[in-house]
Amino acid sequence: MSTQTLPQSIEAIVDRCDRLIEEPGFAPAVAWKNAAPNRAAIGCFPVYTPAEVFYASGVLPVGLAGGGNRMEIAHADSRFQSFICSIIKSTLEQGMTGLLDDLDGVVFHSICDPARNLASVYSRNFPNTPVEYIHFPQNFEAEEAPRYLRDEYERVALFAAELSGRSMTTEDLRAAIHIYNRVRDTIRRLYALRRDSPHLLRTRELYPLVRVGHLLPPEEHAELLADALHAATTREGRERDRIRVVLTGSFCEQPPLDLIAAIEDAGCYLVDDDFLIGRRWFTGDVPENTDDPLFALAEAYLDASLPSPVKHDMRVSPARLLVERARSHRADAVIVLCAKFCEPSLFAYPTYRKALQEAGIPHLFLEFEEKMWMFDRIKGEIETFVESLLFD
Amino acid sequence: MTETHYQGKLHHLQKELMSEYYAALTASANGSGVPAAYLLIGGNPVELLRAFDILPVFPEVNALQLAVRKQSLPFIQSAEFMGYSSDNCAYVKADIGMYFGGRQTPFATIPEPSLLLCNYVGCNVYLDWFGHLAEFTGQSAFQLDIPFIRTASGKPSKEDIAYVLRQLHHLIGRCEEITGRKLDEEKLREAVRLSSLTGDLWAKIKHLTKRTPAPYDAYFDSVTMMAPLYCLRGTPQGLEFFETAYAELLAKAEAGVGPLEKERFRYVIEGPPPWPHLRAFRDMFSRWDAVAVASTYSTVGGLWEFGFTHDPDHPLESIARHLLEWNLTNRNFLQRYEQIERYLEEWNANALIIHSVKSCRLFSAGQGDMREYFTKRGVPTLLVESDLEDPRYFSEAQMRNRIDAFFESIAHRPTREGVTA
Repeated sequence: MSTQTLPQSIEAIVDRCDRLIEEPGFAPAVAWKNAAPNRAAIGCFPVYTPAEVFYASGVLPVGLAGGGNRMEIAHADSRFQSFICSIIKSTLEQGMTGLLDDLDGVVFHSICDPARNLASVYSRNFPNTPVEYIHFPQNFEAEEAPRYLRDEYERVALFAAELSGRSMTTEDLRAAIHIYNRVRDTIRRLYALRRDSPHLLRTRELYPLVRVGHLLPPEEHAELLADALHAATTREGRERDRIRVVLTGSFCEQPPLDLIAAIEDAGCYLVDDDFLIGRRWFTGDVPENTDDPLFALAEAYLDASLPSPVKHDMRVSPARLLVERARSHRADAVIVLCAKFCEPSLFAYPTYRKALQEAGIPHLFLEFEEKMWMFDRIKGEIETFVESLLFD
Repeated sequence: MTETHYQGKLHHLQKELMSEYYAALTASANGSGVPAAYLLIGGNPVELLRAFDILPVFPEVNALQLAVRKQSLPFIQSAEFMGYSSDNCAYVKADIGMYFGGRQTPFATIPEPSLLLCNYVGCNVYLDWFGHLAEFTGQSAFQLDIPFIRTASGKPSKEDIAYVLRQLHHLIGRCEEITGRKLDEEKLREAVRLSSLTGDLWAKIKHLTKRTPAPYDAYFDSVTMMAPLYCLRGTPQGLEFFETAYAELLAKAEAGVGPLEKERFRYVIEGPPPWPHLRAFRDMFSRWDAVAVASTYSTVGGLWEFGFTHDPDHPLESIARHLLEWNLTNRNFLQRYEQIERYLEEWNANALIIHSVKSCRLFSAGQGDMREYFTKRGVPTLLVESDLEDPRYFSEAQMRNRIDAFFESIAHRPTREGVTA
């Protein structure tokens, strides 16, 4: 009997994800490209990329997630100053050291000023690498915003077609929306499972399950997630005496895996987070079968997506939404975990702080850098915080 | 000469007009009945507000006025006490601190806004800033979303223009609600006509520094003219100021007079000034007889010197083009390299100074790459770091040493034209 037919344990699946994430380069994307003609791969800077538009055009959207804590930044430091966040520099460093050579282009978005300038610096330093920049609308109340974004996506589709040599059809786009809906739906179920039974699925396990989607074709990721959901649901576990925490602030630059583990080990069940939020951007399925699926995708960005400090939807108060999220997740506390020098994340904090204090929800503010590798101090801070709540 | 004492008629007129402007703000705060709109400098659509007699309030100008007067730190600290990070833009912190300090400044009482107009022109911090003002005031902000210049042509697409025009119509609707009256199209045309004449004069003033010696410093004296350019553009007083300024500076140019006794170095400067230490910073250049002949900072609100002019026959279209294309902040970083390249060539400069400010990452992120680009092209380039608002990020001795070393080194090497300076 082949081992492949045996149900896989969550540990085995997570272990496979860990190995894929830690491996330098983009082997799964290269294999996917080589399997058929007219295929390409593009590196997508955080936070959200309309993956469907690329995939429908024969371009695999690969997620860029910085250099982690094993990369030494030797070249990019001279291009971006010390007060710029690490992922800007580590992304450029990856390009300068050939680690992005497997990719056929890179896409940036209007998330913050350093990312905006990085798009220019990247294209100057790599004149042979096509670079795209997507301007997401910031006027969520304008009735013309969905039309504008639809047109922007159409422009991006033309760019994608040049990379792959194949233009997308409406059917291609519907199929792409379908498969990414499946991915997002399963991630939502995994998030719900963790919210309801955090002892069955640790965040240190859920995170790599989502993160590996940065590397894999969506069909393969959907299978892996389905296996993981089955394995986690049927797992046995025992609840521990931990506080329930909603974590926010880490939507772009990513903390090291060991930091996520350290937060949990310090006595927290993370029952919600905004890690890699672009992978599960929508609150529900994007309509697949409309006459104009590009418009549906644009409309979903504006009207059916999760809150994020890079979105600036003025119809709602992000701070109030955070309080509601903490309540709906029955959280004992909130941890605001900001990447050092991340302006969108740091700017969100004062409004969060005010709203959380007014709502009587305890919170802890922490900063991290992707390159950090000592966690004792931060773990100590969290332990003190947890103890202050547990023994209050 | 180690200190500059140049104060012309334009400097005195600027002070007078800005006092009147701030008096109007105080009157509005005290219940004059004139509504005020907060908006941002980048490619600002102030003409539209003029058509409704809405007072423009620029939080950036207020913040820098606090910094110049060395009043910004307590406000910054009070914002940091609220949870703002030491790494956040200090303009925002000074403004938020001032807002919660009762909107009292040494130069005016800043009125509560009737309209929060977030003209999002490139700078993402604008969105956070006005989002917070909305959260704190309980008002809804109008987000005027300006698509960033992102295609190879360096131009906005027709879809971008249509998108901005439709939003401008909504903005007109919002102004009509606030003031209770319909748009007076003739009044809008008149404001745009005044802006057009003002912009043309400003462009002519900018071109005067192509002469040797430059009749004024295109950084330290330009900033004096920038406040009227934003706060008074679209008014007869604003036009009058620029007529006076142009006449005075043209006369200086014709007479071969510059801001210093001698002009030894002509440099281009990139980045906003260190407002809390403006005088000390200026003197670091004056002591080397170095004059800025062009500055990128003076184009944040508009790039008139490269050919833009408002069009009274197409007022909204020209406002849209100003927002989209004709200002520094909505242009991409490589367009700024091109802008500097033009200054170096056409304004005949022999060095580039990059003043990297921590607060404004729109300006500063990637300036190391800019330094590398210009250095490789043989342009003597110096990058120095401080801040535009936070007085704590300025090391005077270190800054002076670096500037001294830079001018010392280029004093002894051939320029691009093959002569020593």
